[in-house]
Amino acid sequence: MNKVVKNAREAITGISDGMTLMVGGFGLSGLPENSIAAMAESGVKGLTCISNNAGVDDFGLGLLLQNRQIKKMISSYVGENAEFERQLLAGELEVDLIPQGTLAERCRAGGAGIPAFFVPAGYGTEVAEGKEVREYNGKPHLLELALTADFAIVKAWKGDTHGNLIYRHTANNFNQAMAMAGKITIAEVEELVPAGDLDPNQIHTPGIFVQRIFQGVDYEKRIERLTEK
Amino acid sequence: MALTKEQIAQRIAQELKDGYYVNLGIGIPTLVANYVPDGIEVVLQSENGMLGMGPFPEKGEADADMINAGKQTVTVLPGGSFFDSSTSFAMIRGGHVDLTVLGAFEVTDQGDIASWKIPGKMVKGMGGAMDLVASAKNIVVAMQHCSKDGQSKLLKECTLPLTGVKCVKKIVSDLAVLEVTDKGFRLLERAPGVSVDEIRKATEGRLIVDGEIPEMQF
Repeated sequence: MNKVVKNAREAITGISDGMTLMVGGFGLSGLPENSIAAMAESGVKGLTCISNNAGVDDFGLGLLLQNRQIKKMISSYVGENAEFERQLLAGELEVDLIPQGTLAERCRAGGAGIPAFFVPAGYGTEVAEGKEVREYNGKPHLLELALTADFAIVKAWKGDTHGNLIYRHTANNFNQAMAMAGKITIAEVEELVPAGDLDPNQIHTPGIFVQRIFQGVDYEKRIERLTEK
Repeated sequence: MALTKEQIAQRIAQELKDGYYVNLGIGIPTLVANYVPDGIEVVLQSENGMLGMGPFPEKGEADADMINAGKQTVTVLPGGSFFDSSTSFAMIRGGHVDLTVLGAFEVTDQGDIASWKIPGKMVKGMGGAMDLVASAKNIVVAMQHCSKDGQSKLLKECTLPLTGVKCVKKIVSDLAVLEVTDKGFRLLERAPGVSVDEIRKATEGRLIVDGEIPEMQF
């Protein structure tokens, strides 16, 4: 059950042109920094990235956007990124915008073996275009399909050699749902420990969902909007 | 006198009830947290995965792992909890959040709301707004009554892409407090010194004025 790989470069082995990836994080919080840097270096391209946001110009998925490695983004909110906006307006990038809760649930459903489900979000808006509508409890709902990915790439606070993961504060966000939905799930952690060192009561993502895990290095953990009293 | 943003937030805070779980959107709604009335306990939900959201951190104590939905660094209060995005929206979609406060570009007299996209100008995404408006039991919109060039934003039909339909319950603008009813906007309160006529002129949608309309109290 030892799932440990040496580093980010080894972890991303097999990620190739045209693949679909899930990338955890909300804004710049809980981002798999090491894996993104390794992908930027690898030059893999034509990627479809499912991620709540698109990073900022020089951090997070913004790094892959700068290198033109991303063909399509599936996100809920993509502000804060000038290069993103430029590529979008120039028609160089496809974007599928999805309500945030629907996006999270589509990832969770993908991992949980639920191919589709109904939600009220987006009814009567452009999000509803082409989707089946059914009424439940007197309210219209849209049929939404599960999402899966060739690779899901997540970041956790602590992890063990079996791939069990614990997230910290609000850095959990999309990581937990996405960890379930990758054909191969890569977890990078701030602290990697031997199996048995983490309290089984505290595990957020059980190791069964994780295929590769490594100890990340040099975490910048950049803050997007520093606000203090 | 039209209300300031702070006064809009202060008036919305009067809608809070003891024991409420509340989601506050970005902008004016965030300011509501500064005016929670004495003796009332509310718990703030942040849709990126936190209950019990507290104030901004002290200088030097910001933590990259502790942010709100607007990506600002925040703190957590005693009794708070963290969870993943899917659980967070289970709270929202499942109707467990008592009150949602959010901003809007436009609303209609049927409760439709447009708040996420200005074609050709701004396409950043809806974030959690569509999930919130589709499922919240109680939605209060904080907004300016008119655009900068004097056009009403309380309309018969939205001109911008919709965030949700027939969902807004109450509006607190810089001019008035209004309730959305089957017959249109019902005027509940006026901003201090603002006349019913001024509100009527600033409202394109159907406006119902029943009897004397009191001024807002602060």
